[in-house]
Amino acid sequence: MSLHTLRRWLGANALRIYAVIAFAYIFLPVAYVTVFSFNNGGRSNIVWRGFTLDNWADPCGAPEVCTALGNSLKIGVISTVLATVLGTMIAFALTRHRFRGRTATNLLIFLPMATPEVVLAAALLTLFLNLGVPRGFWTIVIAHVMFSISFVVVAVKARIATLDPRLEQAAMDLYATELETFRRVTFPLVAPGIAGAALLAFSLSFDDFIITNFNSGAVNTFPKFVYVSAARGIPAQAYVIGAAMFFMAMIIVAVGEVLRARRVPRG
Amino acid sequence: MVHVPIPTAEHPPAPAPSPRGRRWTPYMLLTPGMLWLAVFFGLPLVFVFLTSLYVPAPSGLAGEYVPAMRWANYSEAFVEYLPQFGRSFLYAGIATVLAFLIAYPLAYAIAFKTGRWRNLLLILVVAPFFTSFLLRTMAWRQILADEGFVVPVLKALNILPEGMALTASPVAVVAGLTYNFLPFMTLPLYASIERIDPRLLEAGADLYGNSFTVLRKVTLPLSLPGIVSGTLLTFIPAAGDYINAQLLGNRSTTVLGQVIDSRFFRIVDYPAASALSFILMITILVLVLVYIRRAGTEDLV
Amino acid sequence: MSGDLRLQGVVKSFGSFVAVDDIDLTIPEGSFFALLGPSGCGKTTTLRMIAGLEEPTSGAVHLGDLDITYLRPYKRPVNTVFQNYALFPHLDIYENVAFGLRRRGVKDVSGAVNEALELVELPHLARRKPAQLSGGQQQRIALARAIVNRPQVLLLDEPLGALDLKLRRQMQVELKRIQTEVGITFVHVTHDQEEAMTMADTVAVMNQGRIEQLGAPIDLYESPQTTFVANFLGQSNLVPATRKGSEEGVVVVDCQGQLLHVPAGRLTTDQSAFLVGVRPEKIRLADPGADASGMAATAALNRLTGGRIVDASFSGVSTQYLVRMPWEQELMVFAQNLEVGDLFPAGSAVDLVWQREHTFGLVGDRVAGVE
Repeated sequence: MSLHTLRRWLGANALRIYAVIAFAYIFLPVAYVTVFSFNNGGRSNIVWRGFTLDNWADPCGAPEVCTALGNSLKIGVISTVLATVLGTMIAFALTRHRFRGRTATNLLIFLPMATPEVVLAAALLTLFLNLGVPRGFWTIVIAHVMFSISFVVVAVKARIATLDPRLEQAAMDLYATELETFRRVTFPLVAPGIAGAALLAFSLSFDDFIITNFNSGAVNTFPKFVYVSAARGIPAQAYVIGAAMFFMAMIIVAVGEVLRARRVPRG
Repeated sequence: MVHVPIPTAEHPPAPAPSPRGRRWTPYMLLTPGMLWLAVFFGLPLVFVFLTSLYVPAPSGLAGEYVPAMRWANYSEAFVEYLPQFGRSFLYAGIATVLAFLIAYPLAYAIAFKTGRWRNLLLILVVAPFFTSFLLRTMAWRQILADEGFVVPVLKALNILPEGMALTASPVAVVAGLTYNFLPFMTLPLYASIERIDPRLLEAGADLYGNSFTVLRKVTLPLSLPGIVSGTLLTFIPAAGDYINAQLLGNRSTTVLGQVIDSRFFRIVDYPAASALSFILMITILVLVLVYIRRAGTEDLV
Repeated sequence: MSGDLRLQGVVKSFGSFVAVDDIDLTIPEGSFFALLGPSGCGKTTTLRMIAGLEEPTSGAVHLGDLDITYLRPYKRPVNTVFQNYALFPHLDIYENVAFGLRRRGVKDVSGAVNEALELVELPHLARRKPAQLSGGQQQRIALARAIVNRPQVLLLDEPLGALDLKLRRQMQVELKRIQTEVGITFVHVTHDQEEAMTMADTVAVMNQGRIEQLGAPIDLYESPQTTFVANFLGQSNLVPATRKGSEEGVVVVDCQGQLLHVPAGRLTTDQSAFLVGVRPEKIRLADPGADASGMAATAALNRLTGGRIVDASFSGVSTQYLVRMPWEQELMVFAQNLEVGDLFPAGSAVDLVWQREHTFGLVGDRVAGVE
């Protein structure tokens, strides 16, 4: 291959090459976490000491890891359900109904997304302090629902916007009451958006540190656990959980894609 | 025609009056969620504002404050922590620019050069962020450490002078911020770029010939909405973030978030912490409004 | 229960904009009725009020003896075929067609569904999804989905708009056939005047929220009562004229200095100044002073002299002539190409001749309705 051809090939594929490099950059920490989850590093997982499957065999080996994980999962599920329901209701009200105070409503929904986490955290803590509310499991749930609602509203609204209102009109024209229309036409078509919003809410909750840290009292969550152990040394089991979360997410997404591809038959 | 018993249209009942009862539906749908936001977002902000004006209790006990209207709390907090303020916005600003430079070509590549793998690649952009945020940041700390593999390579290539470390430095903090908020920049950019009609790009190439001119005059302006949302979605959380500064920085890289954190939990000074939070929020809001006005997009929600 | 569909004094306004302005309409049971008009004239809004998807601001809608003005759409024995078909994307064709039946509680839908699919000749598509069908197929399924419920009135909102010409012509014939076979009242909304005239028994021409004229297609065409109707349905030559006098059953008019005769019944106004109209295909060209070929000299004819041919466009079946008259107006003449070869080349001087009974007269703006 002459130099000229090489240069031409590079020019045509420059962007693709760049994309590969960019993805390598994006995946580097994940790769690191995955690799080190197999490290025989014991409590302080900084230097590579040798390959072992022990960590994966016994992910709860390090103290507090599984308690923290369990809390994170419980909080995640509860806050996701609440945020998704509340947010979906708001999204429908915004897109399908007329009411007064629309600007104020939009503002109240948009503001939490524009407010830095540390401010949200501090504000909520101030509320709890002033009202004498002890911080613990339920204050975390309250906080997570609070910041997730806005994201759910945006995600579901976007999905509803793609819904042709004439479909609902057609349903009513065909003898479906408002409730039946919602059940048979609107909801099935909006469901993927709601599912996406729920997934988003769950990941926001699971991964949240700052707001949780301010409002959790003594209750441990997974991010809190990692942060606190950062000084002493993060146990390899935490890496196992991190890697496992990543792979589980990938599997869920892969399954979703396969299902979607199946539902649209070719031809 | 086949004679099949066709169900006849039912006899509709007597005419119903114009339905007015449906007016309460939107309020029923809105109330639970909006109430939650009002109580756990709106009300706390009110409390923050009030607390920011408190003064130390006459009893002199540490951590005790009484209601007051001391506006000087604001000027004092602002002046005392100006460096941290500056750093929060400086790091966030640089990180946003870097994230933009990294994400734009990537978003463009995914939109136009990847055909049917698009959706998969988009997911791959976001996927690593299913690993815990803290773990990722810790991983960077390890990767950028002297014992990692990046530093020795850079030193061997003479890019990094001897004796200088990457971790516990502003460079690491900005690098961490850039990395952690990359998807927030990439996805909106992609959404905007993907909507560009490829024929416009062809027409541009026809007119201008030079691909950089096409980029400057056609692609960038057309993807402006995505650029606006991307930069906002990156800058806002980055300006408030302090985990990157905490884990990847040192004592001279402290940002506002750390100050607020310590004023709540270590040195208990609620008024100062509240004042700082409020200033931070207002500053960001003002910046966002100015930015939106200049860039011209209206409906972000 | 059965009956005519009646709209009385129906008004629909959106804020200060009046979309439908006092419509009175009776649509006989079992007829094929068309609402014809340009976009924005209020025809779709009227249709939606019949369907129940809009509420009138005032007025009443009756189906037979039943007042359906404020009934919810799912309570009316009326079904709609939407402009973009509005097939449910998440259901297959069978379930789409069965939708109305199921909502009404019918247990065994297979008979009716299969019959409806046979009617539109698409039984083999029952298990496909709407996205897999072509536009024409989707349109027929939308029709099947509505008809299967045997409503008293079937509403069609510009259902053929998205189809290409050949398919549209095919579907026009199909719809007419189905309507005759099934016997349901069809109300068809369209902006295509050819479509309305081919398919409908009765046409109502709407403009800016009002009905300009209502009647059988041939009446609307040959006897337009407003300039809008004259210009919207086909093309018309409209020339300003003044009344001069009348003879037995005939009004004599001064048309730009020339005398024309208009049958008294075809002049819809008492005013002294109005427009005299004649359709381009009714006019024959003649050499100045000579007889027009095909028109007996003894017939009651109108003649306009002094024309000069400005343009002659050959379009296979006919030739369209533009003739400039002495008063600077250009009139159109459509001549069927009975002879081969150019009979009247551009530049020739001609007279325009037509039968008196084809003349009509009305008031209004000469260019109203021209788009």
